[in-house]
Amino acid sequence: MQENASHTPETIERFLDSTLESVDSAEELAVGMAQRAGMDEDGLMQIGMAIRESVVNAVVHGNRYSAHKKVHFAVTSDGRRFTVRIGDEGEGFDFNAIPDPLAPENLLRTSGRGIFLIRSFMDDFQMRRLESGGTEVTLVKNLVST
Amino acid sequence: MSVKLTTRQVGDVTVIDVAGRITLGEGSSVLRDAMRDMVSKNQKKILLNLGDVSYIDSSGIGELVSGFTTVTNSGGALKLLNLNKRVKDLLQITKLYTVFDVHEDEAGAIRSFA
Repeated sequence: MQENASHTPETIERFLDSTLESVDSAEELAVGMAQRAGMDEDGLMQIGMAIRESVVNAVVHGNRYSAHKKVHFAVTSDGRRFTVRIGDEGEGFDFNAIPDPLAPENLLRTSGRGIFLIRSFMDDFQMRRLESGGTEVTLVKNLVST
Repeated sequence: MSVKLTTRQVGDVTVIDVAGRITLGEGSSVLRDAMRDMVSKNQKKILLNLGDVSYIDSSGIGELVSGFTTVTNSGGALKLLNLNKRVKDLLQITKLYTVFDVHEDEAGAIRSFA
């Protein structure tokens, strides 16, 4: 992490189609902003991957690639922290039902590591069920040491 | 660039040089198809050279696990070669680093199949 005293606060908000192309767009937008905010190389990789996994979840598991549903994507950088909100219009899911990917019996599962990776790479990660029925995740990465 | 696979034979070991991004979509499906193709051709000794892999996501990790399981269940062995720091870190935090037989030297990796 590096100090970024001269950072200008910035916000980007998009309503993305439920496609894999949106995953690339979201990653590109957020990593670009993180770069402008002074994030180091490791931080950029971690943010990129966490956003990628989150938008994949929204597109694939939330909206199920529906052409009628959007992914709400909002990124804010205030000079101290980088906050990303990603919401889908899906049916929602039971957060507690996600198996521990590090448990010996789950190590050879071919899926189920996305949320674990997001938690590993971000300083804070929250999930909530939206009143409209979808799921919103909030990812936070500190830009300066706290 | 998504992913590019180049296959070569070194003795009875099939080396697959993987370059690019192994992510959900084309990247992971190309790898999945290659693994299934190897197993259908009864290739039992497979070395995946990941030296030129720039990026891998959870779907890509899942494909590595799937390939490992498919090849192992068919009586073969799938080993990994030349992991860069990012891929190595990912396999370590997901506790998969010790599941795979990982090598840094191709000649040594080839010998290990004997």
